[in-house]
Amino acid sequence: MGSYIIRRLLYFIPTVLLISVISFVVINAPPGDILTSQIEELEQQYGAAAERQVQALRERYGLDEPLYKRYFTWMKGIILRGDFGMSFSGAYVIESRPVKDILLERLPYTVLISLLTLFFTWATAIPIAVYSAARQHSFFDYFFTFIAFVGRSTPNFLLALVLMYIGYVKFGWSLGGMFSSEFVSAPWSWARLADFMRHLVVPVIVIGTAGMASIVRVLRATMLDELGKDYVETARAKGVPEWRVIWTHPTKVALLPIISTIGWLLPGIFSGSTVTAIVLNLPTIGLSMYTALRDQDMYLAGSCILVFSVLTVIGTLLSDILLATMDPRIRYD
Amino acid sequence: MSTMEQTIETSVTYVESKTQWQLIWRQFTRHRMALASLVVLSFLYVVGVFSPEFFAPHSVNTRFDSFLPPQGIHFVDAEGDFHLRPFVYGWKKELDRKTFKTTYTPDTSQKYPIRFLVQGSPYKLWGIIPSSMHFIGVDEGGILCLWGTDNLGRDMFSRSIFALRISLTIGLVGVFISLVLGLIIGGVSGLVGGPVDNVIQRFIEVIMSIPTIPLWMALAAAVPREWSAVQVYFAITVILSLVGWTGLARVVRSKFISLREMDFVTAAEGYNASQMTIIIQHLIPNFLSYVVVNLTLAIPDMILAETSLSFLGLGLRPPTVSLGVLLSRAQDLQTVAMHPWLLIPGALVVIVVLAFNFVGDGLRDAADPYQLN
Repeated sequence: MGSYIIRRLLYFIPTVLLISVISFVVINAPPGDILTSQIEELEQQYGAAAERQVQALRERYGLDEPLYKRYFTWMKGIILRGDFGMSFSGAYVIESRPVKDILLERLPYTVLISLLTLFFTWATAIPIAVYSAARQHSFFDYFFTFIAFVGRSTPNFLLALVLMYIGYVKFGWSLGGMFSSEFVSAPWSWARLADFMRHLVVPVIVIGTAGMASIVRVLRATMLDELGKDYVETARAKGVPEWRVIWTHPTKVALLPIISTIGWLLPGIFSGSTVTAIVLNLPTIGLSMYTALRDQDMYLAGSCILVFSVLTVIGTLLSDILLATMDPRIRYD
Repeated sequence: MSTMEQTIETSVTYVESKTQWQLIWRQFTRHRMALASLVVLSFLYVVGVFSPEFFAPHSVNTRFDSFLPPQGIHFVDAEGDFHLRPFVYGWKKELDRKTFKTTYTPDTSQKYPIRFLVQGSPYKLWGIIPSSMHFIGVDEGGILCLWGTDNLGRDMFSRSIFALRISLTIGLVGVFISLVLGLIIGGVSGLVGGPVDNVIQRFIEVIMSIPTIPLWMALAAAVPREWSAVQVYFAITVILSLVGWTGLARVVRSKFISLREMDFVTAAEGYNASQMTIIIQHLIPNFLSYVVVNLTLAIPDMILAETSLSFLGLGLRPPTVSLGVLLSRAQDLQTVAMHPWLLIPGALVVIVVLAFNFVGDGLRDAADPYQLN
């Protein structure tokens, strides 16, 4: 067990390194170097006086150095000082902020929305799957399967727009952002919390429905497998009521693989939350990344990808370890 | 005893040679949703890819008034009379003197019967055959804009039909590139094995752990602004498939590994068949159906990705019309609240993706016809 966890942890390192290389490629992917637009702007604004600033920037980012050297500088900054580079989201270079600050500011919302979505997906998918398996080929089996498929087939942004539209037309809510205008800078109170929760409903539903179908499919299939086994028959023969037969043993067995779905649900959740955050204007890493890409603020954009991917890998790691501790059938050698 | 003999007899008479694909087709047709979806998809491909010029009532850039609301198709007119030929109403334009907002309401005095195979704006079918015949239209003087018009007064219905051409093909082209990548990389991984296999598998895991939309966004943002529409189309397709091949490579690899040990492969090796012959004649036909399933399920994801990217302004760009480009007009709540019909192309996206998912699902159930339920 211990050696299994250590092995998984060791394997974590090369994975993250490879991800960092890919993120760095992304940073350098746009044509021209990352400072081109900033330098142009500076020169327009300050003329020749900007030259020293430009030179300082070129040196800071080592733009005259080869790519691999710049990668090592970037990595060294992250590992030693937690320095992800500078963001140029402000209009002027002088207003630039460390990428780290932006990420730290937005990480809590991102993690909160992702976790809530994960729980929403499970909370809807598990009962649906168990019901569909127990009443195979019933009307609601087909109905729920169909709904799950529709959820999977609807682009996140479209569902977000439709729900926003319904909320606006029917209830007069304006659901963009994390808070209504009167609560944005207010201190925390029950009213603010309620407002906050109301703004979370749409993103969680939107992102959650996209992943529901795959979970329902896997869980329903496992349940059907389990329901055909002898121990279920034995339980029935003992006279255990049907609902207990279903909810105790087979559901428990079928639920175990769900833990491992964390790993493959997370990329989808981050993808979905990116698009949804853009439409709903949520202050998450996804939105930062979008604005960063628009402004060619590449260190911020690349760092966002890095954070998303590392969060996914950590999620997978945790779910693997959790599964290993919970499922006695998994061998660790 | 006698019933048993009978069953044996009947089963013997029914053993006729059916190919694997015939069996798959038989199994597939039992999945009603999948079959219905296949019909829907074929219809959309004929309309949108084969000849949108003929099926769309207007050309992509024909202009009317801005933001005309959709027209209802009526059979019963304002006087309560029933007409066998459906008709649409024209619009009454009203200017609110306080807000200076123009509103359009159906004008029941202008009645335009819908006609089929009418003469309209000239076009060249497939760029060659000149024609001015349109599948659907109204008499001269009337306007047919079933789904309303956009900010530039262009007919949403016609534009949606033209958009299908891009949206329905981008998935196919992307999937084809994924297929090539997946077959080669998955094949090498499964056949060579050892450290090569290990490295490839770790690499695939890393790619899979990167959320697709952010990665696609970043790569798409790197497409130069000055590229032509065709270049952007192919760049976006390549970007989509650069991420999409991983699932297929895994399927190919696992099939290669499990089939490599089979008796018929050993037998083929026994009479000195070359590696290439074994791969092409014995291995690939054995897992082709799984590859088809995987590809069918990859197409809808690519269509969704293109739509999302184009909606965000990072994918295809006007003047290219794809469903995502059309939807990018409906960026914010204000626009959607005032002109909800701008979201109608979204319904098409859902229908297309849903249909592909059902077809893929049906194929998945049918992929292994020898497996008994």
